[in-house]
Amino acid sequence: MEKSKHNPNKDFYGKNLSGIEILVRSLIEENVEVVFGCPGNAVLGIFDALMDIAGDIIKIIFTRHEAGAILSASGYARASGKPGVVIVSSGPSASNLVTGIADANMDSIPLVIFTAQVPTKLIGNETFQEVDIVGITRPITKHNFLVIKINELAETIKSAFYIATTGRPGPVLVDLPRDVMSEKFTFVYPDTVNLRGYNPVYSAHTGQIRRAAEIINNSSKPVIIAGGGVISSNASGELRELARKINSPVTTTLMGQGVYPEDDPLSLGMLGMHGTWYANMAVNESDCIIAIGSRFDERTTGDVSKFAVNAKKIHIDIDPASISKNVKVDVPIVGDVKDALKKLIPLVKNLNTEEWLHQIKKWKQEHPLKYEQGKEIRVQYVIEKLRELTGGNAVLVTDVGQFQMWTAQFFKFLYPRTHITSGGLGTLGFSLPASIGVAKAIKDRPVISLNGNRGIQMNIHELATISAYNLPIKILIFNDEHIDITRQWQELHWKKSFDQILIDKARPNFAKIAEAYGIQFFQVELSYDVEPVLKKALALKDKPVMIEFKTIYEENVYPYIPPGGSVNDIIEH
Amino acid sequence: MRHTISILVENKFGVLTRIAGLFSAKGYNIESISVGPTEDPTISRMTIVTNGDDDQIEQIIKQLNKLIDILKVVDLTNEPFVERELALIKVKVNHYTRSDVIEISDIFRAKVVDIGPTTLTIEVTGRSDKITAMINMLAPYGIVELARTGVVALKREFKGEVYDSKEIKIIKRKSKQTQKDTQQKG
Repeated sequence: MEKSKHNPNKDFYGKNLSGIEILVRSLIEENVEVVFGCPGNAVLGIFDALMDIAGDIIKIIFTRHEAGAILSASGYARASGKPGVVIVSSGPSASNLVTGIADANMDSIPLVIFTAQVPTKLIGNETFQEVDIVGITRPITKHNFLVIKINELAETIKSAFYIATTGRPGPVLVDLPRDVMSEKFTFVYPDTVNLRGYNPVYSAHTGQIRRAAEIINNSSKPVIIAGGGVISSNASGELRELARKINSPVTTTLMGQGVYPEDDPLSLGMLGMHGTWYANMAVNESDCIIAIGSRFDERTTGDVSKFAVNAKKIHIDIDPASISKNVKVDVPIVGDVKDALKKLIPLVKNLNTEEWLHQIKKWKQEHPLKYEQGKEIRVQYVIEKLRELTGGNAVLVTDVGQFQMWTAQFFKFLYPRTHITSGGLGTLGFSLPASIGVAKAIKDRPVISLNGNRGIQMNIHELATISAYNLPIKILIFNDEHIDITRQWQELHWKKSFDQILIDKARPNFAKIAEAYGIQFFQVELSYDVEPVLKKALALKDKPVMIEFKTIYEENVYPYIPPGGSVNDIIEH
Repeated sequence: MRHTISILVENKFGVLTRIAGLFSAKGYNIESISVGPTEDPTISRMTIVTNGDDDQIEQIIKQLNKLIDILKVVDLTNEPFVERELALIKVKVNHYTRSDVIEISDIFRAKVVDIGPTTLTIEVTGRSDKITAMINMLAPYGIVELARTGVVALKREFKGEVYDSKEIKIIKRKSKQTQKDTQQKG
């Protein structure tokens, strides 16, 4: 607990408190500032105590669906770097969290999730609103706990926060039976927890660092691949220092966007299935790949046997299981990215990569990202206008779809934690609730939620939350009246049989939906209206706004490397 | 390739499920699993026998190491280790075959632990292949029921060659380099 002027727990150490009160005071100890939750019978006592005891320290955001609660917490954690805290009721409330938990697990997002549970004596009896949430979430949490004795409660909560936020971060669930929560026990919040089986390696091995430095210093065509791990480690500064010292081009995965400014000449943009042509080519032609905080997901590598075959590979990651899992590397370095880079930077030289950078410049000129302009609206145009009007000073929360890829390609991110997106799981319906959490974390820049017509309907109820708390989120809907990326796959791989599945037959009237939730609405049908409407929306800094863009529907995302393909299979247009 | 993995775990509920879940999620069959407390009652030892190539097993071991309740993982396969299993075999007998079955049991140094009018229950311990050999010898008589415990195993400290627990033959040879040892916890 930080020594603040006023520690509200000051007079309560050693006192006999109920489980509920121990939980609330533990959250205060962990410096929690906001909790995302959904009311429910089994959990009202907890919310009541939260408001009573911690009302002026911890804000509660009540969402309309538990999926909204967990994705909001995820957005908050992704934007702020702090653990997202969720409190929901038992049974269906808990099982509604599953997708959000799996999403956080894939993208390594720190979350601490509290679920109410039926009394211990009734567990397993098919009790009302009971579900074995610990069993269900075992494969998708970093760890989970069922608290069966009140004396374990405080230590379990401390362990949960510790596990969630250290090593490779991830979601941790704590199941709280009602009878345990109403028992009383002495409140002692431990300073440290001793988890015998959990000792993440932070300090990178200096011998391995030396080997890596040697390889780097002998290379002439280096490429840095930066992933989400650089963001988790808050190592964007060190990454920039390294890149500029060795004059190496930098490409990022979807999760790593913003760690290196994308308007810098050394930036290659994103690599992988929908990455830029020149990023994928540079990786392929490189003689030294420095992969930092990336897990070499197959969307990044394509066919692993053809990935960067000419290069020596260095891999820095905090998770030893990620190293040599998909891609065999020459120098594996297990450790915290920031620590490893701090050790590496003094050992590397200013490389002369003039020829390499010149080649890359040529590739950028010969194979730029491009799209047709016209009267109809294209997503790429909207993204470029958005970039112009914000200067890159905005946080974009994207849902899943073609526009997500176009955002990654065209926005030119400058700072970490400004592209908030569901990378590993690709959860549709992510953006709207996640933007709630982002808006709670980010007050100084516009928060923009980008959605497709299909994805926004998956958690559309969270418009109520946005309206209720008057969160100044700019909600963009790209409506092409189809269900997009699936169509792209069908068109390119199978016969053009998309009419049966892919037309959005319901075609909701978004103007009426916005009105129903009390949110200001704009609709844009022609490209020359895009800029003025965006300007108007961005100027409304104190309320939520929804903008529907009627976009053209015969578009595919290029460049495209088909699954299992390599850079030789790249389709440019 | 058959791998014998020895795992030290926290003696808590749910740990077994977690580990079994990791194997099943990757589609690996657990050939045998045994678990019991160690000299420290808060720690249990679990011994798992599974099949897979070296890369797959390496990945499983790394994933096991990530689990919070797991304290240590050792792949015993590539170094000398003692492996034992116990089986109870209930064999069908009549007064012609009973002495045959008892003779087979003696040969395998097994014990008769139960007798009935038409059955004999035999207890045998030893390496898995010895157990399997005995089961195959008894099968023609008719095996009514069979219960095997699964393998327990510990690393060997003896530097020589062993044929059987009762016979130790020491052969002069250059000491072998053992392969990858204990995994570091990460």
